[in-house]
Order: sequence, then C-alpha cells, then structure tokens
Amino acid sequence: MTEQTGQTEQAQQAQQARERIVGWARERYEDLSFGHARRWCEEFQAKAIGHLPVYAPREIIDAAGMLPVGILGGGDQLEIIRGDAFYQSYICHLPRSVIELGQSGRLDFLSGVLFPSTCDVIRNLSGMWQVLHPEVYVRYVDLPQSDDRAIAQRFWEGELRVLMRDLGRVAGLAGPVSDDALRASIARYNDVRRVINELYNLRREMPWTVPTEELYLLLRAGEVVPPELFIEKTRAYLEAARATPDRVRDRVRVVVTGAFCEQPPLGLLKTIERAGCYIVDDDLLVGNRLLVGEVETEGDPVAALARAFVERARETSVIYEGDVDGKRTLLKRRAEAAGADGVVFAAPSFCDPALLDRPMLKAGAEAHGIPCIAFKYAENSAQFQQFREQAGTFADAIKLWGGQ
Amino acid sequence: MSQASKGEKHEAAKDRSMVLQKQMIAEHYERLERAPETGEPVVYTFVPGNLTELIRAFGALPVLPEINALQSGMRGRSRDFISEAERLGHSEDVCTYVKCDIGMLKSGNIGPTGTRLPKPDLLLLSYTGCYTFMKWFELLREEYDCPTVFLQVPYQGDGKLSAEHRDYIAQQLRGQVIPALEKVTGKKYDDTIEAELKRRLALAAKAEDDLVAVLQSAKKKPSPIDAYFGGVYYIGPIFSAFRGTEEGVAYYEALRQEVEARAAAGKGPITPDGPLDKQDYRLVVEGPPNWTHFRQFWSMFSDWNAVVVASTYTKVGGVYDFGFRHDPDDPLGTMADYCGGCYTNLNMPSRIDMLVDYIEQYSADGFLINSVKSCNSFSAGQLLMLREVEKRTGIPGAFIESDLVDPRYFSAANIKNRLESYLQMVDARRAERAGGGGGGGGSQGAEARP
Ligand code: SF4
Ligand code: SF4
Repeated sequence: MTEQTGQTEQAQQAQQARERIVGWARERYEDLSFGHARRWCEEFQAKAIGHLPVYAPREIIDAAGMLPVGILGGGDQLEIIRGDAFYQSYICHLPRSVIELGQSGRLDFLSGVLFPSTCDVIRNLSGMWQVLHPEVYVRYVDLPQSDDRAIAQRFWEGELRVLMRDLGRVAGLAGPVSDDALRASIARYNDVRRVINELYNLRREMPWTVPTEELYLLLRAGEVVPPELFIEKTRAYLEAARATPDRVRDRVRVVVTGAFCEQPPLGLLKTIERAGCYIVDDDLLVGNRLLVGEVETEGDPVAALARAFVERARETSVIYEGDVDGKRTLLKRRAEAAGADGVVFAAPSFCDPALLDRPMLKAGAEAHGIPCIAFKYAENSAQFQQFREQAGTFADAIKLWGGQ
Repeated sequence: MSQASKGEKHEAAKDRSMVLQKQMIAEHYERLERAPETGEPVVYTFVPGNLTELIRAFGALPVLPEINALQSGMRGRSRDFISEAERLGHSEDVCTYVKCDIGMLKSGNIGPTGTRLPKPDLLLLSYTGCYTFMKWFELLREEYDCPTVFLQVPYQGDGKLSAEHRDYIAQQLRGQVIPALEKVTGKKYDDTIEAELKRRLALAAKAEDDLVAVLQSAKKKPSPIDAYFGGVYYIGPIFSAFRGTEEGVAYYEALRQEVEARAAAGKGPITPDGPLDKQDYRLVVEGPPNWTHFRQFWSMFSDWNAVVVASTYTKVGGVYDFGFRHDPDDPLGTMADYCGGCYTNLNMPSRIDMLVDYIEQYSADGFLINSVKSCNSFSAGQLLMLREVEKRTGIPGAFIESDLVDPRYFSAANIKNRLESYLQMVDARRAERAGGGGGGGGSQGAEARP
C-alpha cells in the first residue's frame, strides 16, 4: 500500500467516523419520544429530570444519579395537536410544543422538570406544569440577577441547596445530594464545557471543517445523553473533523444571536451557511456553556458553582446587565473574539428576551461599524427562501463593501 | 389615574373622591415638572413592587412609566408613540407599554396631564412579576445619564414567598436600593428617615384597609362598585405615587364613605352610561383592560347590566384582600412581603385559586378573561386558567383578546359579539338551573373562546 493510499484510507475512515457520530447525534435530535434517554433510565434503573432553556444547573441532577434532559421544544417535526389550545397566537412556539410533548406522554419518563427564569412564558409554564402534571417534581429556578455579587452568591447558593435537597429526595437518596457527588459532577461538566469550547474553537478557526449543522446536532444530543457519552462522542468527532476538513469556501463570517431559547429549525442554520455566511459564534443552547471557565472542584462545591454563575456567566438576554457599556459593547466583543464580519439577529417570533434586547444590541454593534441583519423564525418555520435571500444579500454586501 | 374621561357628567359634582384624585394627580405632575428647578429628585419605578413609601421618605418623587403609557392609551396618543418606537427598530411583537413609553420620550416626554416629565435621577428597577421590566429600564437607561438600581424579587414558584426569598429582597433593599437612594438624595438612611418610612407605611396600611373595604363592598347585591372598570380608578392612587401619603389616606377615606353610602342606599356604580343599579350579571374578570377603547369596552358590559364584582388586575400593584398590610414595625420585611405578593408574581395555581375564590366569595354568575397581546406575564397560561376555573367552579368562562394600548388590537365588533354570546349563555344556564336542569360543566364556554 502506498503512502497516499494509506492517507486516503485514513481520511475515508475519519469521514465515516464523522458521519457515524453525526448520524448518532441526529437520531437523538430527531427522536421526539426520547427513546434513548428512556432506555438509559431503564438500563441503569435511574430517573430523569427535564429542564427548559436557558440555564439549569445540570450538575446537581447528574450528582443525584439522574439524567438531565434538555427540553427544547418540538422543532419542525412535531405536529401540534393539543398545544395550540393552551396558547394564544401571539405567544412564541416553544411552550405549545413543550405542552404537546407533555400532553402526548412523550415526557412521562421524567420525574421532575426545572423551569429556569428565562422569561415570563417559561415562568408561567412552570405553574401550568404543576397543574397538568401533579405527579412530577416541578421547580421554578430563579437565577440570581442582583448585580451585587455577594448578595447574588448567597441567594444562588441557597437555591442550589434547595435543589440538592429536593432532587436527592426525587432520586430516592437517603438525604440531599452530597457535596462529594456534586464535586465529581462538576468535574464531569467541566469536561463537557471543555469539549464544547474545543468544538467552538475549531469551528471559529476552520468553519469549513465544522459545519454548524454538525456542531448543533452534537450539542442537541448532549442535551439528552449522560455527560460522559457526550464527551466521548464529541472528542471522537473533533478528531474525525480535524482529519477531514472540507474545502474553504468564499463565505463571510457571522455571529448568530438571539436563538438561545426556542431553537431555529436545522434547515435555517443550514440556509444561513449555504447562503454564504459561516457561523463562527452563536448563542444556540447557550446554557451548556453559560459558565465560562472551569468551576473549582476543591472546597465547597455549592459555593464554587454559585460563584461561577455570579462572576462568570456569559452575558445573555435573560440575565440583568448591570453595566450599561456591557450591553453596548457585547456584540463588538463577540464579533472580535470570533473574527466575525457581521451579526445575524435570529430571534423567535414573540420572544421577549431576544426582541427587547435587539435594539440595544444592534445599536451597539452598528456603533462599532459591525453590519447586522435581523429576522424572526419559529421552531417550525418551513420556508427558508426569505432567509436565504437575506443572508445571501448580507454576505454579498459584506464581501463587496465590508458591510459599509 | 385621572377620571377625566369617565362619567364626569354623572359624578363630578357629587363624588369628592374623584375631585381629590384629579387634584392629587395634577399637583403631582406639576411638582414633577418643577422638579428640575426645585431640585426634588425623581425616581422612575414600576407599579408592581413599587417602593413609594421609601422613595418618599427620602424626599424623592416617583414616576411610573406604566401609568404614563396607559394614560397615553386613554388619551388616544399611544398609536403614534408605538409607531414611533417601531420605526426606531422596536419589534411589533413586544409589550406596547414599553414602546408607548419610548415613543412618548422620543416625542418630547410630555406626560398625561400635558406637562413635561423630568428626567430620572434614578431608575429603580423593581424586577417584580414581569420580565419586560428588566429590558424596559435597560432601554431607558440608554436614554438617560443616571444610575439604575436593580431589585430582584423572586417569583412565588411554590405558591409562597419563602423566608430565604424574603431575606434576599430585604438584603438588596438594605445593600443596594437604600444606598442608591442615599446617593441620589444626599440623605443618610438614619433614624429620622426610618421614622418617616414607618410613618408612611402606617399611612399605607390605613389606605389599604379602606381600599379593601371598597373592593369587598362588591359582595353586596347590588354591588355599589364596578371592581374592574371602576376598580382601575380606585387603585390609581395606591398603585402609583400616593401610597403612604396623607392625600392617599384622604382619598381612600372619601371613597370608602361614598361607596358605603351607595351600598346603604342599595345603589350600584356610575358607569359611562349612567347608574348601574339594576345588575343582571355579576362577573369576575382576569387580565388588564384595554385602555384605548376603555369607555366603549365598559359600555359593552353596562349595556347588558353586567357589573364586575372582582378582578385580578386591581391586584397587580399589591394584593391586599387576603390580609396583607404594610407593617410599620418591620419596614424592610414588609416591603419584601409586599413586592413578593403582587399579583403577577404569583404562580399559576395561586392565580387560579384566586379566581375561584372570587367567583365563590362574590357570588359571580360568570368570569371573563381579557387576554392582552402585550403581556406574557399575564397572558401566557390564561387558556389553562380558563379551563381550570371552569372545572372547579362549574361555571363557564369567556375569553376575549385585545391589547393594552395598541388600538390595532381592539376589535370592537368581535369583542362585543363574544361578550353578548357569553352573557346569553349565562342566561341559558340560569334558565336551565331554574328549570331543574342542573347546569354545570364548563364545556359550553367553548363558543366564547378564540
Ligand atoms: S422563545 Fe423567548 S419568549 Fe418563548 S419561551 Fe423562549 S425565551 Fe420565552
Ligand atoms: S409585559 Fe405586562 S406586566 Fe410587563 S410591562 Fe408589559 S404590560 Fe406590564
């Protein structure tokens, strides 16, 4: 065998490995009945706890020996039969598909659901879940918003301790989740964040190597599988991706923002890239990397987890921004860090956090000379023509005039 | 809240409370207009979780942007303000109060009484019961060169304010809000200010007693008040700048006397179309009213001799009818309790309980939800509330949709039809009962749904 043939074979194997992993992730993404998560629970005689976007402390669920399951709506494949009867037309799509998942029994394997303080829709959904599913544990998780760090830290530590107590009970432990178990879980999630960062770094450096579609499918799988499995698959993907770079295309580089809760259909992400925009940073599923950097694994784990949130949470629309310049410069900083040429505001229709933030963020970006476009989607949007045209024109404008 | 547009021809001459309210408001806005000269500090804040006693104890004046927005709606100005904000890039999907406020600001910041509103010296972002509040003041702070102080009021996700959450609010009051007020007013929170705060909290409690007596008078038949359309006037002073003030106390004393006199005489409230002594329907209402067509909306009810006997909207700035009163002996704790207990800070099961309780306590014939497009805090989940309340009371409900201050979302014909068919259904149900048919089941309410 010649050296060249050997290389070709290696590349072919890497390509097959990549396709296998992406296929594995896609299966989990498309499975609206959470079959894999169910089977995992059966196999390990374990329970599962769901959580809505954006951020939930998955470490505590994991430390209780339960499976954290991100509930991100029904996407474009779920037929809404019951969900629409719960919501007026002017409310975003995510809660109706979540209700649909619940009412159709697709979430009946969950022993509890956490509703983080993302917006009033998710907040109110927590109470609706209490009414509709009285048999499961429901907690509204009020994230710390105070910009006084000491006060916020105390509050959040208290909330985390409540979760440790409650989830210990739900899991059938003799008492609250132990500090040791939490430390071990923090270490696992540090690894999760590390591989996600690697994934983002690689895409930023070589976006032709990591199409957003693939990155996204992996992240989605990560929402429904145990952390160890996600880490294993992502590491394997990274290796395979590095070995199989696609050819470099003439595309501009963009940051996609506003898509942190209700998720855009996969087709929309593909459309943006195919229309000529490499996505080099985004806030899709941002909860999985909201904590920036390592969470300490020594000392009081609750204090460590709380500190990481209070001191180093990524800036998002769902957390109060105490620094007025923070908001004005956010997209400049993100665009610079990602080496992006422009910003795509992609927000779900009727999404208060994304749409109320948009004028401020957009003004901030434009004040720094960063070109922007904005559009709205629903998780079940099926027509991408308009997005394709907008993104294509945007890419052409940047190429021609640098967006000026 | 001004009563200028409401039934003046019927009431102005005899109701002292209305005269008082009008005076109070006019004086307050004049004082605000003069604030740049008098040097009185101005604090912008929100209705739910407002800390009026504390602001005033420091000698500052509160401005409530929501009140300005609703007033703009009532005065027919909101359409232009909203268009202006949308032209500036604000999404058509978000709360119209915010857009109305921003549009007003961009159009010269002339307040509801025609006077110019002063710039804030402090934005007191009391984050109570509504996500939009956070963004609203993040947006306003882009326009003003002034500090913002943030107060997070945890949501009652478990149906109560836990001791830890209460403590968290009190810590922020002590550690952040009070220092911010000290800085802006140049006054220290010393014994004198605390004594003033306590005095004001006692005044608040007094007015709260009278307000509750007024609201609960609707248990009588006929009800001497309309607890929704009339109710929004009654809550005006206490939900805005006048809780914990002498004027506020005087207003509620006068109002209570008038209402008690009406009750004693077996009279109903005055509506835009005259006295409503003959009351054929007693209704409970959930959700805010529409402000752009307020009188027309009210008339749709009074035309049918329907009176609202209890409403949840009149609890957004504080829930007093289940026993809470401001307690001067525990200033920070009581402010925490107050903030935590505002209606939109209550979880869905508590809100359902409240509606069921009202329907029973006030012997209502029916209930209606006015679902406003603007407000996810109120509206998300109301269709489930409808079903649950129907299930628990056996009384069908009606569901209508409109908006707060965006006239584009008020479809008069549609709402009128819905309301009329609903009231006809209440009649049919009564007839059925009288005939021994039994009634029950909420499913008939479907025809009144969207
Ligand atoms: S999409 Fe936006 S409005 Fe809807 S639930 Fe998510 S954050 Fe809330
Ligand atoms: S969303 Fe609702 S509660 Fe919040 S500001 Fe708008 S109208 Fe008020």
